Amino acid sequence: MIWNKEMECMSNEDKKRLQSERLVKLVKYVYDNVEFYRKRMDAHGVKPEDIKSIDDITKLPYTTKDDLRDTYPFGLFAADHKDIVRIHASSGTTGKATVVCYTQNDIDAWSECVARCMAMAGVTNDDIIQVAYGYGLFTGGLGAHYGAERLGAMVVPMSTGNSKKLTTMMVDFGATAIACTPSYLLHLSEVLRDEGLLDKIKLKTAICGAEPWTEKMRHEIETRLNISAHDIYGLSEIMGPGVACDCKEHVGLHICDDHFYPEIIDAKTLEPVADGQVGELVFTTLTKEGIPLIRYRTKDLTSITREKCACGRTSPRISRFKGRSDDMLIIRGVNVFPSQVEAALIEVEEVTPHYMMIVDRENNLDTLEIQVEVDTKYYTDEIRGIERLTKKIGQVIQSALGISAKIKLMGPNSLKRSEGKAVHVIDNRKLY
Amino acid sequence: MTVNQVSVFIENRQGRLGQVLSVLKENDINILSISLADTAEYGLLRLIVNKPEEAKDVLLNAGFSSLLTEVLIIKVPHKAGSLQSILDIIAKESISIEYMYGLSVETTDASIVMKTNELSKACEILKNSHIDTMTKKEIASL
Repeated sequence: MIWNKEMECMSNEDKKRLQSERLVKLVKYVYDNVEFYRKRMDAHGVKPEDIKSIDDITKLPYTTKDDLRDTYPFGLFAADHKDIVRIHASSGTTGKATVVCYTQNDIDAWSECVARCMAMAGVTNDDIIQVAYGYGLFTGGLGAHYGAERLGAMVVPMSTGNSKKLTTMMVDFGATAIACTPSYLLHLSEVLRDEGLLDKIKLKTAICGAEPWTEKMRHEIETRLNISAHDIYGLSEIMGPGVACDCKEHVGLHICDDHFYPEIIDAKTLEPVADGQVGELVFTTLTKEGIPLIRYRTKDLTSITREKCACGRTSPRISRFKGRSDDMLIIRGVNVFPSQVEAALIEVEEVTPHYMMIVDRENNLDTLEIQVEVDTKYYTDEIRGIERLTKKIGQVIQSALGISAKIKLMGPNSLKRSEGKAVHVIDNRKLY
Repeated sequence: MTVNQVSVFIENRQGRLGQVLSVLKENDINILSISLADTAEYGLLRLIVNKPEEAKDVLLNAGFSSLLTEVLIIKVPHKAGSLQSILDIIAKESISIEYMYGLSVETTDASIVMKTNELSKACEILKNSHIDTMTKKEIASL
């Protein structure tokens, strides 16, 4: 089902007209309301009146996660505080969160976009959907929840952390849809199999996101559970889940481009690349009021196509992600930067700055091991002392990253030193 | 009297223990006793050698985290219950034993290497109870 035919099947000319109108209005709005943008645009030599159509977007400067960090917490907010009704936050690169906000109109637009995505995946108001993303500062839980409610589905707000309860309710309620991370769904498929519940479930559809996954993994999920699985994309800076999703054709993710205008650029030259070429995905939030972002660099690498899809939608599609243009990792749905680990380890007197992060996937759940070299003068010859140190480092890492890691102490000089750019991550998951 | 034990932290990696022993061999250091406390992730190698200071330095230079730890080497007569009576004396003074292991040198008595908290107090008690401990000098001569 197409949730919003007018927007999702709009002709290219009409879409361009709509995007142009919205961009002109947006640029004036941020220039008038956000000091950061006013200064950035002035420095860049561009005035709101220079922006006359969507094609003029290339005249505008980019925005990055660093800008959000530098203006922490509320510096990029454009709306009046009394109009802001919600805050979400994701982990930042240096321990400080990236904070975003929503007006009521933003929440409505977000719900609309998630509803479109869920409809793309085949969810309707007949469905019972379990939302098994974390509820809270993370956008996943509440984002999927509001979208599913907008669609009129019966929402079961499971949140995360209790697979047993989830599978029991999946059977007892006859849940027909689920929204969660793909790795968690694979894990659930094993729990269901082990409990002999696979032929007792009524699941038909899964809307999976918050972490990169492969086509192979999608087929695996679909086969194991005999369902249709869909990739939903989003990032809290832009909105949360619901920025794009793949339809039944599975030929790329349709972007809600009446709200989020996509560009693909060369991450080095920052020049636009042609359709079909891989580059960094950049978004401009055309309708957002709380914290609009102009040409925000997502660092996600993908390509775009504007050909009409067999499903009938005309909205542009992005391919499955090909990687990141920075070193961000997504572990158990949480954004992790090696620099966070580095900053955390500096606080621990006993260890040297040498570390290695090893990311893997065991039983379909992400694992993180951090190997650290202990400063020679802090070695102890008691196991108790070493365990105490391991625990201490574990706590420091947990509070810095928001996820737990297995800490492995290493002898001096046992971690590989590299000439030039240090390699701090070994990711064995093969996600791209 | 206490003696210096060489302790080496070894992460579990193939051939690592052999490397430690090679370094000692190359420097003509004699191992009198060895104990390896192992966990899934790493091992703690504890060594009584004839030249502990030198052993520590050559190991450090070879890239191992070696350190010296003061321990007691207590002579235990070859007689049933003799170790028990020594431990009894120590326990009565509320001294806790961190770890211990045997030392084999060809004398009429056996010996055990022991690390306790409050080491000087432990020394004192053993001395007052006329229990023999080995000296640094004795170790160096072996």
